This record gives sequence, structure tokens and C-alpha cells, in this order.
Amino acid sequence: MASIDEGGGGGHKKGPGVKKAKKLSTRVDMTPMVDLGFLLITFFIFTTTMSSPTTMQLFMPKDSKDEDQNKAKESGALTIMLGKNNVVYIYRGQLLPDASNLHTTTFKGVRDSILQMKKDVINAHVHDAGCTKIQEEARLGNSKVNPPILPDPNWKNACLDKDLVIVIKPDEEATYKNTIDILDEMAINAIKRYAMVDLFQVEKDLIKKIEVGN
Amino acid sequence: MPSVKIPRKSTFVDMTPFVDVAFLILTFFIMATKFKPEEPVEIKTPNSVSTKELPESDAIQVMFDSSGRVFFSVLSENDPKAKYEVIKHINDSRSLGLTEAEMKNFVRTPAVGVPFSGLKQLLAIPQEDQKNFKQPGVPLDTLGGELYYWIRDAVGTFTGKKLQFLIKGDNNAKYPAFKQVLTAFKKNEIFKFQMITMLEDAPAGSELAILRNREKAASK
Repeated sequence: MASIDEGGGGGHKKGPGVKKAKKLSTRVDMTPMVDLGFLLITFFIFTTTMSSPTTMQLFMPKDSKDEDQNKAKESGALTIMLGKNNVVYIYRGQLLPDASNLHTTTFKGVRDSILQMKKDVINAHVHDAGCTKIQEEARLGNSKVNPPILPDPNWKNACLDKDLVIVIKPDEEATYKNTIDILDEMAINAIKRYAMVDLFQVEKDLIKKIEVGN
Repeated sequence: MPSVKIPRKSTFVDMTPFVDVAFLILTFFIMATKFKPEEPVEIKTPNSVSTKELPESDAIQVMFDSSGRVFFSVLSENDPKAKYEVIKHINDSRSLGLTEAEMKNFVRTPAVGVPFSGLKQLLAIPQEDQKNFKQPGVPLDTLGGELYYWIRDAVGTFTGKKLQFLIKGDNNAKYPAFKQVLTAFKKNEIFKFQMITMLEDAPAGSELAILRNREKAASK
């Protein structure tokens, strides 16, 4: 056969002085290599990060002195105030003097409030000239901007919530996380118009009073 | 009766598959991760549904930690010279009297969080030892404080380039710290920011999730 017979020499016996070469094992001890491998893994776990961070866009308005800033329709305004310990205070329209329209909620409950508000605004919607323009923009989309805005198949609904304005007012005790969370909530619920402004003194006092009361 | 001989088994275990696994995991970590950027403070950023990627170059980053200390840094991966130009500009405009070596050290420094008066002291320390130096943060007030000048001079250096403005805040930082940082930017006529966050999925059934699905379908 093709195999090489190592037994050698056709049954020829070696003399007594000829030593048989000891066959060395081809097995290599891999343990140090395992050690090295895991050492490197440990090093990489400690010095690297898994997730690459993302960024969230924020556009702030210019601080203009004149007061004719785009006034929000009272019926479509929702004010969200962020207080201490992740508590959220919300009210619709204007804050009543007796604060009876102020509700206290949490970050979990705020989404429902926003969606409810959006629904109510849509139900109360009255078509006007500005609406047609918004509908047209949504119908065509915009491929020039990056990322492109896709044409909306529901373009007829695009302007239904145009009166909805959410005003975000973080308190001094609110954390940065709260602020980002509420801005994120705007993105999640596709709120087109929102603004981040300071609290009025009345509201500050009110929040303080509620917090002391708790 | 002859005793039954138990054949002695070798204790040698074949480690080869173990090596394979170890190196496979190692490869995964090398591929899937990125080196942590060196930073003087640890900042735990909040989550958001935003998917925009973080720029690595031509950006100014302002960080604030949970106690409200503010740090300023220039990100210029592609062009290390830009960072040098920034400190040179600041050195001239604020007459800080930094030496050439100290300005070179700034290029290696990941972020600074000291008042202008303490900058010379910080940059005199070699970069490796800076982490032992307690940085008090860039002074801020309701008018922007010293951060205003940092931003102004950095913007002045980058004229002609599209500069991005990053804000990286800690979860537990209070809102006034964020507001003061925004003020410092606004005073420089900058109104567009990017806040560094960690990605999380849009909640199922929300309008954003519906929109994202539509975009995904359109790109297929």
C-alpha cells in the first residue's frame, strides 16, 4: 500500500547497540495560550465601550425681547412642568388662579396625557388656509434635506395637530435626565411644535407649595 | 485472585477548543467595541430614541457632571492642529501666558475644567498625571461665564468649517447646569445643539415607531 512502513527494513532486526528513537508527543500544552486569550479579553472588556453614543438634536429660539413671539392658541397648549424627584405637573391652556387644572403625574403617565391632548386637538380641528400648505408639504415630502422626509401617505392628517403646542418648563430641581426624557417624549409622540422655557414665578411658587405639602 | 487493574488515565486535557473559544470572544470584542475616550470625569448620559451618529471631528463638546462641574473639549480627530489653534487663540485673547509646551499639552488633554486662572497650572502637569488633579469646572453664571469665551474663541478658530456643538450631561445633573451651558452657547449666537445620549428603541406602537417602520420599508 501507499503508506510508509516505519517498522522498517522488511523484518530486519536492529542490533542490540542501536537505540530506538523515542517518539515525541505532538501534543502541545495549550493552557498558557488560554490564559493569554482570556487576559486579552479582560483587557478589552475594561478599556472599550460597547455602544456607540448617539446625539439628539435641539434647536433653541433666539432670546428676543419683543413679545410677539408666535403666540400659541390656548386650546392647543399643553404645559409640562418638571419638578423634583421625577414628578411632572401638567396643565392645559392657561393655569387657573386656583390651580384646579393642574395635574400631577409621572414620566410614565405623561405620554398618555400628551396623546390624549393630541387627540382632543385633532378632534377640535378646523380646516383653514395654512392647513392646505402643511398638507401639500407632507404629500410631497422633501428629498433635499438630510435625512430626507418621506412623502406621507396620510398627508391629509398632517395638519390636524397644527394647533398643538407643548411648553416644557423644567424646574430648578429637575435633572438633566428629566429634561432629555421629556424632549424624547416629543420625538416619540411626533409633536411638531414644542418649546422649552422658564417657569413663571406663580408656577414656581405653586410647585414649591405642592412639594412642601408632600 | 488477581486484582483488577484499573488503567491509569492521563490527566492531560486538550485545551485546544478552549483556546478557540477564547480567541473567538476576543475577536468579537475587538470588532464590536470602541476604545473608551479618556475623560476627566465619568458621565452617565441619558437615553433617547435619537439615532443620529456622533461626530468625531470638527466639534466642540461641553460636558457637565452630576455636581454641575463643566468641562470643555475640542474634538478634532482629523486635524490635531485645530486643537492647537484653539488654545493659541485663547492664550492670545485672554493673555494667559502659556508656554509652547503647555499649549502642546492642551492638544493631548482630553478636556479641561478649570478657570482661566488655573489653566497654566493644569497644563503644566503632564497629561498622564492630570487625572489626579481635581478640576473644579469651567466657571459659569447666568451670562455664560468663562465658557462663553472658550466657545467664542473656538468658533473663531474654526471659521469656514461646519462646526458641531455637542452637549454631554450626566443623568443626575440639575437643569440649571444645562441651562447655563445653553446660555453660554446662545450668547455666541449658537442655537443648534446635539446632546449626547445612549440609543434606546422607540416604544412599540408610538408614532415614531410607526414612522421608523415606514422608513425601513422604504429603504428596502
